[in-house]
Amino acid sequence: MLNGRAGEANRVAGVWWLMFAMATVVYVVVAAFIVIAVVRGRKKKRSEGAASAGGDSGPKDDTFIWFGGIIAPVLILGVLAVVTVNTTEVLRKPQQNELLIQVTGKRWWWDIRYPADKVTTADEIHIPVGRPIDIELTSDNVIHSFWVPQLAGKVDTIPGQVNHLRLKAIDPGTYRGECAEYCGIEHAHMSFTVIADTPVDFDRWMTRRRGIAGLAPTSDEMAQGQLVFTREACAGCHTVKGTQATGTVGPDLSDFGSRRSIASLTVANTSANLSRWIADPESIKPGNLMPPTALSDADRAAVVAYLEGLK
Amino acid sequence: MAIAEAPSVSESEVGELWEDAPGLPGFFSTVDHKRIGMRYIYTCFFFFFVAGLMALVMRAQLATPNAKVLGPQLYNELFTMHGVTMIFLFNTPVLAGFGNYLIPLQIGTRDMAFPRLNAFSYWVFLLGGIFMYSSFLFGMPDGGWFGYVPLVSKTFSPGLNIDFWGLGIVFTGLSTTVGSINFIVTIFKLRAPGMSLNRMPIFVWSMLVFSFMAIFAVPAVTLATGLNELDRLFGTAFFVPALGGSVLLYQHLFWFWGHPEVYILFVPATGMISQIVPTFSGRPLSGYLWVAGSLVTVGFISFGVWVHHMFATGMPPVAMAFFSGVSLIITLPSGVQFFAWIATMWKGRVRLTTPMLFAIGFLLIFLLGGITGVMVAVLPFDWQVTDSYFVVAHFHYVLNGAVVFPIFGAIYYWMPKMTGRMLSEKLGKLSFWVMFVGFNITFFPMHILGFLGMPRRIYTYDNGLGWGGLNAMVSIGSAIFGLGTAITLFNWVWSRRRGEIVGDDPWDADSLEWSTTSPPPHYNFAAIPLVASRHPLWDQRPLPFAESGDEPDTSGLGIEGAIERETPVTSGIDTRPEGNLEIPHETYLPFVLALGIAVLFVGLLVQAIVVGVAGVALAVMATLWWAWRTEEDLPPPEIEPHAPVGKAHPDTAHTAVTADAAAAPGEVTE
Repeated sequence: MLNGRAGEANRVAGVWWLMFAMATVVYVVVAAFIVIAVVRGRKKKRSEGAASAGGDSGPKDDTFIWFGGIIAPVLILGVLAVVTVNTTEVLRKPQQNELLIQVTGKRWWWDIRYPADKVTTADEIHIPVGRPIDIELTSDNVIHSFWVPQLAGKVDTIPGQVNHLRLKAIDPGTYRGECAEYCGIEHAHMSFTVIADTPVDFDRWMTRRRGIAGLAPTSDEMAQGQLVFTREACAGCHTVKGTQATGTVGPDLSDFGSRRSIASLTVANTSANLSRWIADPESIKPGNLMPPTALSDADRAAVVAYLEGLK
Repeated sequence: MAIAEAPSVSESEVGELWEDAPGLPGFFSTVDHKRIGMRYIYTCFFFFFVAGLMALVMRAQLATPNAKVLGPQLYNELFTMHGVTMIFLFNTPVLAGFGNYLIPLQIGTRDMAFPRLNAFSYWVFLLGGIFMYSSFLFGMPDGGWFGYVPLVSKTFSPGLNIDFWGLGIVFTGLSTTVGSINFIVTIFKLRAPGMSLNRMPIFVWSMLVFSFMAIFAVPAVTLATGLNELDRLFGTAFFVPALGGSVLLYQHLFWFWGHPEVYILFVPATGMISQIVPTFSGRPLSGYLWVAGSLVTVGFISFGVWVHHMFATGMPPVAMAFFSGVSLIITLPSGVQFFAWIATMWKGRVRLTTPMLFAIGFLLIFLLGGITGVMVAVLPFDWQVTDSYFVVAHFHYVLNGAVVFPIFGAIYYWMPKMTGRMLSEKLGKLSFWVMFVGFNITFFPMHILGFLGMPRRIYTYDNGLGWGGLNAMVSIGSAIFGLGTAITLFNWVWSRRRGEIVGDDPWDADSLEWSTTSPPPHYNFAAIPLVASRHPLWDQRPLPFAESGDEPDTSGLGIEGAIERETPVTSGIDTRPEGNLEIPHETYLPFVLALGIAVLFVGLLVQAIVVGVAGVALAVMATLWWAWRTEEDLPPPEIEPHAPVGKAHPDTAHTAVTADAAAAPGEVTE
């Protein structure tokens, strides 16, 4: 979160360091007061304590309260109020030339759409460095929250409502995101990745996605896999562009082979993991909504080859 | 009114009228505020240790990455029940328990204004707790203690789990509301003559604020969970977006209670601190009016900060900035109290007893919790840290450090009064240090985990994220903290039998509860003390007690009141005697009424109309009986006083004020 790679995260990190400095001073000073008060009081003789009702030396009771409880806090809070209003004003303001990305929180994965390019993917968001991004967030189920600590603060995805998160990445890189709102049994496994590319890389990626609909299987095994995929239950829930698989319950798998993980960063995207995932999703992500699919070993291997080839 | 010195009566004179029936009948029928208060405290601590064990099991799961101690379902049930238990079954009711025990003693009266209602609120709380925990057999609530819709709607949580939670909250809310009404009436109408509002102990002030806040806040959470139960049980659509409902409405309602609730817990905890710090500084609290004013101010402002729990829901920035500002402002009253305590210690002579150690520990912990509280009020910063472990750290510094520590301090402070025996100071200090160290090892690293991006409420995490080391540290700390609380538990059990027997006022304290015996007699005060100071035991030596006058207005002030099972009623502001309140006798009616309501809730839970109707019938019958039997419940006393009024019985001779506490200073107010 403090290791920011985008304008918003950096501004918030700046606010944090300011507050941290102030907090350290406040804590040290006040804690010193507490310790001194205790030690001072301990040293007094019993008779001295009794005299304290009015005639003792030192600051008056009200002086402590006025300075420590009123004047100092008002000054500190005043600074923070100004910082709050200023920072809030700057962040989340619509910008020119924004790239719109629609993100829908699902149970328990993320549906990602680039409406201008008609590209759909899941759990991995590519963004170009330097361009303002407008992330449109919603949900058709429970509430989730979209959080990429290194890029920006979090915004909830709420059914019946569309929220916006604006950010601009500074450095190319891969940033981990999490669902931050408790959303049911697999809230812990609802992570995602934001990949900030250079504009050139991003355009290349996007061009490739747009073309993916025309992808033909490149081997016999992939062709067999496509056949099984569209024939069996898979196609009822998943979409692969350019095929008869048009289900919308689970993630769009059109570019599955290029993704780094299975089931929202639960396990790495390897053939072995995918095979296990298809046969017994429960063993990888207990409570998830994908039913096990009973396939012969050969069919399963074909489906794995097919999906891994979609890139 | 006439003034008597050191009045007393022997148990045999009035005992019969006040004594509960022995055994189970007395157990179910008592209306004695002290028995009920102790019962609250025992029950709450049972729940405290259950919730603590849940936390330790969760920490075992989180100690290492990808651990398999718990599956996701059980983990989610445990974190839900941990939160529900700590908020609804420990923190709120344990403060009510202390209030129950202490308020009548601190304001100098013989019981609560509505003793039967008092018993009722305890039974409702107990049955509500049993109701929620019976879910253990069927599947515990798993929607988070806050139960956001639509996660807890029928669509996404079809099981009974959520109904145990939703109905349980409505159920226990009844107890809080009824208890609060009782506190308010007691505080306004039963104060001893002379105890004007500006002479009330700060703890009484804090319970007054607690009560008003609860009365206004609890209906919101009842509404939130109640409407959700209507959605679930009867198919309404208050929170179903597809049918035009609003899910954010739920959050507004929930937090309209939820944030005041934080202060509902915090205010009485500071009230306890404001009793402990002056006693062990040997001088009056600095800035009494500042502190009382702060409590009231917090009570008001806390109703204007709830949206800071919803900063990530995409509300308009202007609206959020308002709540951000108010959330900053609410720090001020707390700052005032903080420096009032510092000034008190600075100018007093501090004795480091166990209660005082807990108070100082509270100061050091709450200071940090308060500072991080200011930070999360800063809108853009909150966007980053909300729902991360930073917030888990923050609110445990506040709700555990700044509420549980004062409660432990209060146990050590008031146990001698409650039981007549001291807790072991050695074990107490050991317990404090183990708790204090364990607490900081547990909760401090969570701030950093939040910065490292660890979200709340996850049952496991991956190896490569760099969270493992700190999580292991947190888990070790939690075990240490748990050990510290267990030492106090052991101390209590041990001291209950073996503790040093104490006199009326072992701490040289200033407030009225220390003027009566330890433990106090059933009737608290044989004759009602006459208050002329904010610190009666320091300034009024010996403490004067009232004698009964001939007028009906004043007849209950002296020991005739104790004999006739009455307590005087006084005017709300200047405490002029206005008459007597007859204290009802033991009765099963509160228990039966609470049972009827419990049956109704079971009927709602299992959707069985017959059961529900039976519950309503039982409750209505009990209510009617309650109203009907008032006269018969209060037979005119037939016991003649044996001894002349005002003459001290040799055994229980009561030398009122701590004459030997020569060093106890005090300001004489007015």
